[in-house]
Parts: sequence; C-alpha cells; structure tokens
Amino acid sequence: MTALGLKPCPKLTRPAGAPVYLDYQATTPCDPRVVDAMLPWFTEKFGNPHSRNHRYGWEAEEAVEKAREQIAALIGADSKEIIFTSGATESNNLALKGVAHFYKEKKNHIITVVTEHKCVLDTCRHLEQEGFSVTYLPVKTNGLIDLAALEAAITDQTAIVSVMAVNNEIGVIQPIAEIGALCHRKGAFFHTDCAQAVGKIPLDVNAMNIDLMSISAHKLYGPKGIGALYVRRRPRVRLVPLITGGGQERGMRSGTLPTPLCVGFGEACAIAKDEMGAEAERLMDLRNRLLGGLRQRLPEIYVNGDLDNRVPGNLNISFAFVEGEGLMMGVKELAVSSGSACTSASLEPSYVLRALGVDVEMAHTSLRFGLGRFTTSEDIDFAIDHIVEAVEHLRAMSPLWDMHLEGVDIKSIEWAEH
Amino acid sequence: MSRVVYLDYNAGAPARPEVAAAVAEALSEAGNPSSVHGFGRAARHRVEQARSQVAELVEADPASVIFTSGGTEANALALAGCGRGRRIVSAVEHPSVLDAGRAEILPVDGDGVIDPAELDALLAGDCRPAVVSVMLANNETGVIQPVAEVARIAHAHGALVHCDAAQAVGRIPVSLARLGVDFLTLSAHKMGGPSGVGALVMADGGFVLAPILLGGGQERRRRAGTENVLGIVGFGAAARLVRDDLLLGDTIWEQGHMRDRLERLAQQRVPRAVVIGRGVPRLSNTSCLALPGLAGQIQVMALDLAGVAVSAGAACSSGKVAESRVLAAMGLAPEIRGSAIRVSLGWASRPEDVDCFLDAWGELARRKGFEATKMMEKGSIT
Repeated sequence: MTALGLKPCPKLTRPAGAPVYLDYQATTPCDPRVVDAMLPWFTEKFGNPHSRNHRYGWEAEEAVEKAREQIAALIGADSKEIIFTSGATESNNLALKGVAHFYKEKKNHIITVVTEHKCVLDTCRHLEQEGFSVTYLPVKTNGLIDLAALEAAITDQTAIVSVMAVNNEIGVIQPIAEIGALCHRKGAFFHTDCAQAVGKIPLDVNAMNIDLMSISAHKLYGPKGIGALYVRRRPRVRLVPLITGGGQERGMRSGTLPTPLCVGFGEACAIAKDEMGAEAERLMDLRNRLLGGLRQRLPEIYVNGDLDNRVPGNLNISFAFVEGEGLMMGVKELAVSSGSACTSASLEPSYVLRALGVDVEMAHTSLRFGLGRFTTSEDIDFAIDHIVEAVEHLRAMSPLWDMHLEGVDIKSIEWAEH
Repeated sequence: MSRVVYLDYNAGAPARPEVAAAVAEALSEAGNPSSVHGFGRAARHRVEQARSQVAELVEADPASVIFTSGGTEANALALAGCGRGRRIVSAVEHPSVLDAGRAEILPVDGDGVIDPAELDALLAGDCRPAVVSVMLANNETGVIQPVAEVARIAHAHGALVHCDAAQAVGRIPVSLARLGVDFLTLSAHKMGGPSGVGALVMADGGFVLAPILLGGGQERRRRAGTENVLGIVGFGAAARLVRDDLLLGDTIWEQGHMRDRLERLAQQRVPRAVVIGRGVPRLSNTSCLALPGLAGQIQVMALDLAGVAVSAGAACSSGKVAESRVLAAMGLAPEIRGSAIRVSLGWASRPEDVDCFLDAWGELARRKGFEATKMMEKGSIT
C-alpha cells in the first residue's frame, strides 16, 4: 500500500493471440483498482444520491462528493467547482454554448484552434450559425499555437478562448499557463479541453488561470460515460445549461448522477495524482525505446508534432513511401489508430496533421501510438519488430521507394496527365 | 449498515445481479467503440447487441435507439431536437420536461389524468407546429396516462408526440408502435440497470433530430460522445430481464399483490390514510399514501430511523424540500399533498419488506395519535 492507501498498480495480462493495445488516446482500460472501487455501488449500495430522505441516498451522496473532491484535488480546484457530465464531449459543448449564450448580450466572439477535438470545432461551427463570430487560430508546424497570434486575436468582444491542453492525435502540450495569463489580462474566459491531459501532466486551475476545464474519465483509466466540467467560482463563470430538469449540479446539469461511474472517476483521479510522476518517467522511457528502435532500423520516418512539449504516452509517426491502408492492414497485431477514434471510420487524412502542414501523402501514412499504464517493454519490442517488418515489406513493393533509393527527388517528378 | 428495507424503486433500483455481472465483464474490456481495431470492434459489438435488446423491449427498430446519459438528457434531446417551437406538456411531467422551456400546460384531474378532449381543443385553437409531451406513468403516483389517445389526437393536428416512459418501462408492456408516439424516453436505472444511461427511441417519421451534443459522429450523428459502454451493456442486460418479467407476468403480479396488501393493511390500521390515484390505472409497484395531518418529510425521516427507505415526492429536487408539484397539479388539498409519501417496490422486494413498512408506519401513526380506534371514534361522531 502506498501513502494514500492505494494498492500497487496491478498488471493486466494480455490473452495469448490478442493484439498489443497501443491506442491509449482513444480510450484506456479501467484500472482494476477502479473496478474494485466501483463494483459495490452497482448492487449493495445502489441509492439515488439525490434521495435526501434515507440512508441509501445519503451514502451514495457521500460517495459522489468524495469523488468530486478527488477530481478537484487533481487539478487544484475546489470540489464545489466540479460539475459532473456524461463525458468530455458534453463538457466541451456545455462550456462553449453555455458561456456564449449567457454572455451573448455583451460579447459575441469566440477563439479556438484548428487542431481542437471535433466536438469543440463542431460546437463552434454551430455557434457561428447562431450568429457568433469565431476565430480559428492556426498552429505552427510543431502543432503549438503562436501566443502573439492569440494576443492579437483577443478583442473586447471575446467572450471565451478555448485551447486544448494536450492534442489527442499528436500529444503536444499547449502553453496553457501563458494562454491563461493572457486571457485574464485581456478579460476573456479561458476554457481548456483537458481530456488528454488530466492525470498525464500536472495541472492547476489557479496557477494556470483556467476558468473552465473539460475532463474525461475513460482517458485516465476510469469508466466511459462520465466526465466533468470545472467551472470557476471566484470570479464566477456563469453558464446556460444544456440539460435542465431536476436542478442537480448547481442547476448547470440536470439528471441523476451515476454513483458507480462517479466513484470510479474519483478513484482514477486519486490513483493518477499518486502515480502520475513515476508513470510519466516510465512511459517516457518506453516511448524513447519505441522511437529509438524504429529510427535505428527504419530510415525516412517523421515524428508529427513537437517532441519536447508532448505527453510521454504519445507518438505520431509518418512512414514515408508506404501506402496508408496497407500499413494499417500490415500492423494487424497492434491496436493502433491512424487518427482520432471519433473520425476513424472516415478515410480522410487527419485534419490535425494537415493543419501542421503535413502533406496528404504523408498524413495518410501516419500512425498514432498511445502508450499507457499497462504497456510493457515487451509490448514495445514486439511493436518495433512488427512495424519494421510491415514497413520494409511495403517499401519493397513500392516503386517510389526504389526511386528514392536511386536518389530521385519524388516531389520534383512531373507526373504525366492521363 | 444494518439491514434496511428499500422501498424507493422509483428513485432508482439496485442493479440486478445479472446486470452487475454483465457490467463487471464489460469493465475489464478495453476499447473505444469508434476505433477500427479489434478492441474497438468488440466494444462496438457489445454496444450494438445492447441496442437490439433495448429496441426489442419497446418493439422498435435498433437503428431508432439513441443512447444518452439518462432520461433527463433524452427528454431534453427530444424537446430541443424536434424543431417544434410550440410545446404542450402535461402538468405532472418530470421537471426535465416541465422546466425544459416555455410550454403550455395540459391540466390533470383529481386522479392525475389528462383529458384528451382538452388537448384536442388546445391544438385546434392554434395551428403552429407543436410537440406534445405526456408521460406514460407518473414517478410520484404511478398513474398511467392515455398516451395512445394523445398520440392519435396530436397526429390528427400534425403535432409530434414525445412520451417520457422512464417509470413505465419494465413495469407495464411498452410498445413504440402501439403507443404511436414519435419519441420515447427510457432510463436504465429505473428498471434495474445502471445509472448514467438512458435512451431516446424515435419512430420512423422522416423528421430530422437536431442534436444537442455536437462532436464525433456517434449514435448516427444524433448524440456525440464516446459511448458509455458498460452502462449500455448493463442497460441491454436489464432490458432483456424485464422483458422476460413482462412476458411471464408473475413478478409484476406479485408486486401488485404486495402493493395492494400494503395499502389495504395501511388503511385498516389508519382509516384516515388516503391512497392517491387508486381509482385509475396505475403502476402495480407504486403507492402514494397520504396521512393528513402528518407531514410527508416527518414520516420519511421517522421511517428511515426505523430502517425503511421511502420518499416524499421525487428524488430529483436535489435536497430542496418543496411541495410536490404533481399533487398540487391534481388539485389535492394542502393537508393531503403535504402529507404524502411514495412507497415503490421493485425486483428484490419481498412481502417481509411490506411488513416492516407497515410495522414502522403503523407505530409512527400510533405515536402521533392517528391510531385506528381513536380515528374511528372521531369518525363515528361526524
């Protein structure tokens, strides 16, 4: 047991023949300690936390409030500032629509970034249709925004600036503290989608001047179907709710709270708070092992996004001279993705990589590797062998690779029109 | 905690063991249902299997089931997403319908039932495109509304119909087609599934639902957000179980039998007690029992000390001790509506639970001077 009374991190064994899971940005398995914490709340302790008249309700409420404190503690917030939602998508919708609608008489401008999660971009497009004006900031080739560009974009009409802390595809960390300070100096609220950041990097809502923060449980080894929105109380940020009714969550989000999911979310945050530092070091070693192993054996591979300002559990690599779909098929024994899970059904190249200036061909040959709590060095070594084999096989079949080896600059070729 | 008798199933039911087992199994699986790899496809399979189970329960097409974070969100989605500016809702709706925006109120009679003729008149008097929302069974009284008739009338006037069936599903047979409504709200935790998951089921009406949560293309672009896989799996398992219950009918019958016995014996002990909604069709698990002269909150607290969990009104009011809007809408006298408690039974309820309630409640009534003998003396004078 650790100082916090947590059990040591268990190992998850992979069934023989199952692919190696390297898609921790899409979702994470529930930590078995989280599962243990949740299970009693499904059956023997099943009360409705809003039932104020009997013990079943009280014990459920107590558990929900403990979870709220665990979540708040991880981001340096007060538990009263945590609003439970069904996940980060709802949190992002609520933050942006809620603030925009509440302050619309005074301000009508929103700033976000082209590489945000789809639910932020879709919500902003919807608000544009309602008459709000939205600035979509570009990113530099390393995936980070230019603070001077942000400063120039903020006007006295800007109600809210929304910049994600960690990108879901390329893992880069935006300069959140600097953005927060800038927003507050200019009088705009600062919202940050921290679905990929919470539990991975240290966050402090006060030190970083964050007014609203979206959090997802299933990205930090908690269950799916629950998330939170941090909403600052001093000075107070006000929201028009998306879901009204029973008046739960200080009127900002009605609906019966799912006690087991809240408990699991809280436990996941407590574990992350305790283990984040050591886990980051371990993941950094594994990531370096993966990148080093690939670079040693494969020429012409390119890391997308800044490597220094990046969460340790992410790598996004383009493999030149291979065909994208062939690559995905070739690494069948790895569960990896070619972009975000939400858009993975489409064959369009990633809009995030395109925003970095990666050309269409290279964007098509990229893979996202997500490493996490249960990834082992054996998994990484297996992945390296598997990828090297697939890439070498595909390159051996590629006429472009042959030309490249002969020293032809592929970009200079003028293809005949058919 | 010492053994406590739980008779507050309308606030939330404990997950059934089979549901807990299905959830526990899903908990140990990784995978985002939108991911293309094997983990993702396995999660997708589990979600789609549950969708079929939920669809089957209400005799709907699986493609018409939109999973949400619960009944409240499903209600919000139907009302906001249907695109109708004019709303007509019954006076006894759940707050998530009643407070979802400006609406015209369809009144109820003393038993809590709406009058379809009044709806007809409301719709005939104003031809703006409307949506009508009438719940199937009330959360506080269990009273069942004539929803199929509401749907016929509303459709004759070109209005859309939403029905909040969160309390009814699993307790009476519910069929989307036979009700004839356009939108049906379901909640998992009211029927022995996990909390945090529900669904909006849509009839095939050719209308486009405008989503309230935007983002990824989940739920056929009608509700963004990574699916609550384990909640959905539990919902599916619960749907399958209650469907079996409804087919066999014996558990529903037993609940009704226990509830009727509870009401009969309660009134034997305290003749002044009033059973609200007794004269009209209502859910067989719910009893709304008033003891005029003794505040509902006091009864609930005294019962809790005696180890019996019931409630005064709905659980959703988040601690606000307010008078029941449902009972006020029924026009009940203040001394009746302020003195009502809700006793609701469910899948794990046993006849002994009813005995415990009767002992504790009867003792409370005796202490407060409501004993049968005393009241009968009074009764004989009047």
